[in-house]
Formats: sequence, structure tokens, C-alpha cells
Amino acid sequence: MKAGLFSSGTPWSDRAFDFVVYLVIALVTVITLYPFLNVLAISLNDSTDSVRGGITIFPRQFTLKNYETIFAFSGLITGLKISLLRTVIGTVLGLISASMLAFTLSRVDFQGRRFVSTFLALTMYVSGGLIPTYILIKDLHMIGTFAVYVLPGLVSAFNVFVIRSFIDGIPYALQESAKLDGANDFTIYWRVILPLTKPALATIALFLAVGQWNSWFDTYLYNGSKDHLTTLQYELMKVIQSTTTNADSFRGRNMTEVMAQISPESVKMAITIIVTVPILIVYPFLQRYFVKGMTLGAVKS
Amino acid sequence: MKAAAPLKPQAAARRKSRFWHTFFQQKYLYLMSIPFVLWVFVFSYLPLWGWTMAFQKFKPKKSFLDQDWAGLQYFRELFHDDQFFQALRNTLAMSVMGLVAGFIIPIVFAILLNEVRIGILKRFVQTISYLPHFVSWVVAAGIVTKMLSTDNGAVNDLLVGLHLISEPIQFSGKGNLFWTIVTASDVWKETGWNTIIYLAAIAGIGPELYEAARVDGASRLQQAWNITLPGIRSTIIVLVIISIGHLVSIGFEKQFLLGNNLVRDYSQTLDLYALNYGLGMGRYSFGTAINIFNSVVSVILLFAANGIFKKITKESII
Repeated sequence: MKAGLFSSGTPWSDRAFDFVVYLVIALVTVITLYPFLNVLAISLNDSTDSVRGGITIFPRQFTLKNYETIFAFSGLITGLKISLLRTVIGTVLGLISASMLAFTLSRVDFQGRRFVSTFLALTMYVSGGLIPTYILIKDLHMIGTFAVYVLPGLVSAFNVFVIRSFIDGIPYALQESAKLDGANDFTIYWRVILPLTKPALATIALFLAVGQWNSWFDTYLYNGSKDHLTTLQYELMKVIQSTTTNADSFRGRNMTEVMAQISPESVKMAITIIVTVPILIVYPFLQRYFVKGMTLGAVKS
Repeated sequence: MKAAAPLKPQAAARRKSRFWHTFFQQKYLYLMSIPFVLWVFVFSYLPLWGWTMAFQKFKPKKSFLDQDWAGLQYFRELFHDDQFFQALRNTLAMSVMGLVAGFIIPIVFAILLNEVRIGILKRFVQTISYLPHFVSWVVAAGIVTKMLSTDNGAVNDLLVGLHLISEPIQFSGKGNLFWTIVTASDVWKETGWNTIIYLAAIAGIGPELYEAARVDGASRLQQAWNITLPGIRSTIIVLVIISIGHLVSIGFEKQFLLGNNLVRDYSQTLDLYALNYGLGMGRYSFGTAINIFNSVVSVILLFAANGIFKKITKESII
């Protein structure tokens, strides 16, 4: 087992197998990474030079001009602010709701447990669909508001059940002894359960934050015409969807000016990187948690 | 429980008072759950009430009782619309392709990854392979479009460079390639992520099995085929069945972002059809009928899949 790669004494069939294994994982790594590096290289390359083609993973004429132009001229800063805001608020609210519900559902003595649990679980299988939801949001006068980003999806049954299965693993004796010390159920939740649930909460926080940061369709559906409420993903979507330099679909005249200075291709690549970087920043910190959380959730559901 | 109440009024009263007694004792538990239950009621259950729209000539300005009833008119319209059948075909085609590729490739990759003996290399490849899962479909679609583009797209460059084709292919305009492009994009984005569950299952296989196989002189390939693959069989079955339940609810995100007018005949899924021909044209009732069709088929598939699952394993996944 400990023998090195291709060491003598291994049968040829195992060596061939090893060869296939390392070839495949090398290919997968390249196929996964290359597109990102290619986009990054083009975004950092002079826009007129990029048109000539042939850029792989290194910029040929390095420049930061693409980024400077985009940030100077377009409403991207607003998009960035709204995206960050919805990510922070959506994650915090989502964590509170999921952990509170999970705590109450983990309590075997809770009278409402069966009802709440079934009521929640059903939402994982049946949904009203696009149009009834749209009409509801309209009737609630939430179109054209920031609230539409964080409120409708506040409670996620899946997240509740992942956290609950984690809480189920915490000895109940801890809660009982806190109760003897005179703690009420809320104090137990806040002081005992929450600190012990951190790994599960970190996983769910990652899912919530990534979900918030990555969503674009709610902006498209409800706030597409509200310039002060559009998100980064939505701006990127508009740029990518427009195959011509026709500026109608872009945020005001600003993007037209950007397009006049640097090619649409460079604009797309640079915005793609801007949208992806925050994910890359949080990714390594949370990676150790999500594998655990994912396995837990998958086994439970 | 309720049925017993009229027979023994005293017992019922006692039970009732005990309920309220516990209710007050558990007031914090109620406070921590009831507000969210109401929340779920509003945002997840009220839209179900909206299904009534499909049976009415729905006008947004009117109240529920003032709407004119239409009976099954919109469903009849739906089943007489060629676009509907096209959308159904596209949905089924892309979900079946996604299902097949989305299972085979991650399983093979997980088994191969499990054979990597150099720990740090294995972790590195895993970390890289999870990454695309976390970028949005907007970003993924942008990247895919760039890679497939006719001017300097990597795929065309590679194919031309290898002399497999003489002219770059305009992938974005080829309807008959659209399903493959969507499936391949999905594989690119989710393969790594989908291996997590299989790697966890593989880790649970007892090392003594491999030990015994080695003593018997089994090669690594034979071990992978005869031990690893059967070892994760039950995991695979569970996941396949869950996926069958979600067969028609593939949504529209990828199709919306990767598609364009040139390939619409192949890119329009049921949800996209509801978006374009229901919501987009203000035909709320018609669009809701599409949503209902979609949900009903989903639930039927889910129960069917669960029934098969029960037969195989005597367990229920719902």
C-alpha cells in the first residue's frame, strides 16, 4: 500500500490502472481550472490585444484597465452593495430561523413537534410554482423592494432538518442540567445549543451565503427595472445575455460608454471574475465544514 | 384522538387542560416555531391556493370571488398546444440525459479518486473539483459560452488545432447540440460536488474486504469493480430514486442562461414555457396550468419512485 507510484514489483495491470487513475484526475483538474484561468487572463489583458485571440492562462499585455473602466463608469458599485447586503442579511435571518426551528423539532417533549415537522417537510415536495408565487409577491406589494430578496425564502426545510439531525447528536443531559439551573428554553437554545451546533451552522451559513450571492432570477423577475436594487449576478446576466454591443439592455448609458472603451468580451470576463472572487475568498475557510454537512444532509434526506 | 372526545367528556377536559398546561410550560418553544410556521404558510402554502387561478379567467385586479370560472379550458388549451409537447420533450430529454451522466460520471470519478494514494494530491483535486459547484449558473453559463465561442473559444481552438474540424463550430446556434451542451455544463459544474456522497460511502467499506481480495491476488481494477462498486450500491439506488422523483422539475436556469432564440425549439423546458408564455404574456391562468401539470407529474413520479424503493429496500424515503 505504501509503495510508491509505479514501483517495481507491482503487477502491470495495477500500473496500467494507476496510469488511468492519474490521467483522469489530471484531465479533470485541467478541465475544471482552465476555463477560470482563461477568463482571468483575458480580463487582465489589454482589450484590443485580446481580440487577436490566442490567450490561454497568462495575459499577454497585462493591464488593470478593464477593471478600472468597469468600476468607473457603470453602476456596478450599487450592484455590489445590494449583493453584499442580501448575502449578509439573508444568511443571518436564514440561520436564526433554521436553528430555532431545528431546536424546537429536536425536543421530543415539544407538543407541536409532529405538526411543525410535517408542515415543513411537505414544502420540500410540493410548491406552488412560478406564477402563483409571483402573484403572491405582487399582492404583498413586495415587487420593487429589497425585502423580496430575503423574506420569501427565509425558512428552508432542508436546512432545518440538517441542523436538527446535528442537534439530535448532542446529549440531552446538557439541556436538562441547564434546566435545573433555572434556564428557560430560549436560554438553553442560545447558551447551550447554538455554541455546540457551530459546525452545522457554518455549513448552512455557507449554503445560504452562496445561494444569496448567486441568485439572479428574483432580481430579474421582481426588480429588473429598479436600478438601485439590481444585484451583481443580474448585471452579469444582462451583459452575458446580450450578444451584440447594443446597449439597450445595459444599465443606462453607462455600460455603453464602457463598451465603447473596452470590448464587450473583456467586460464580460472582468465582471465574471468580480462576481466569482468573493466565492473564492470564503471557499477555503468553509471547505472543511461543508463536506461534513453535505454528507449529513444527504444521509438524512 | 379527536374522535374519542365526545365519549368521555371528563377525560377530554383533563387532556385539554393538560395541553394548555404544557403549552404554557413550552411557551418559548412555541414562540420559536409558530412565527416561522406562519411564515411558511404564507410563502409556501398560499401559492398552492393560487392554483385556483388555472380554473379561472384570472384578472389580477379582481378579487377571488369576482373572477370568472373557466373550468378546464386552460388545460384543454395546454394539451392542444404543440409548444407544450415540445417543452415536455425537452424537459424529459434533458433530465434523463442529466440523470444518466450525473450518476455515471461522479461514480466513476469517485472510484478513481479513491485510488489516489497520495493524500495531499487527492485533497487538492477534490478541492478543485468542488469549486464550480459554488459559482452561479450565470458565471458558469458565461464561461461555457466563452469556451464554446467561435472566436478564440478553447473548445473550437482545440478541435481545430487537432485537425478534427477545419472550421470552428458555432455551438450556440446548433439546436441539436443544445441538450448535450446543457448536460456537459452540468457535468462540468457538479461532478466534483456529487462525488462527496460516494466518497463518504466508499470510506465506510471495511478494509478487511480489500485485504482478503489482495490475498486472493485480485488486481486493483478487480477490487474497484468487485468491492468498491457493490459497496456503494445502496447509496446509488437511494440517490437514483430521489432523482427520478425530481425528473420533470429540472427548472429553467441553465436553459434560460445557455439558450437563445436560435435554439429555442430545444431549450424551452416546461418551466421556461410557463415563464415565456404564461408570465411573460400576462396569461397567468395558462401559466399556472403549466405549473400544476409540472407539480402533479413530479408528485406522481416521486410516489412511483418511492414505491419501487420500498419494494427493494423495505424503507421509505418520503
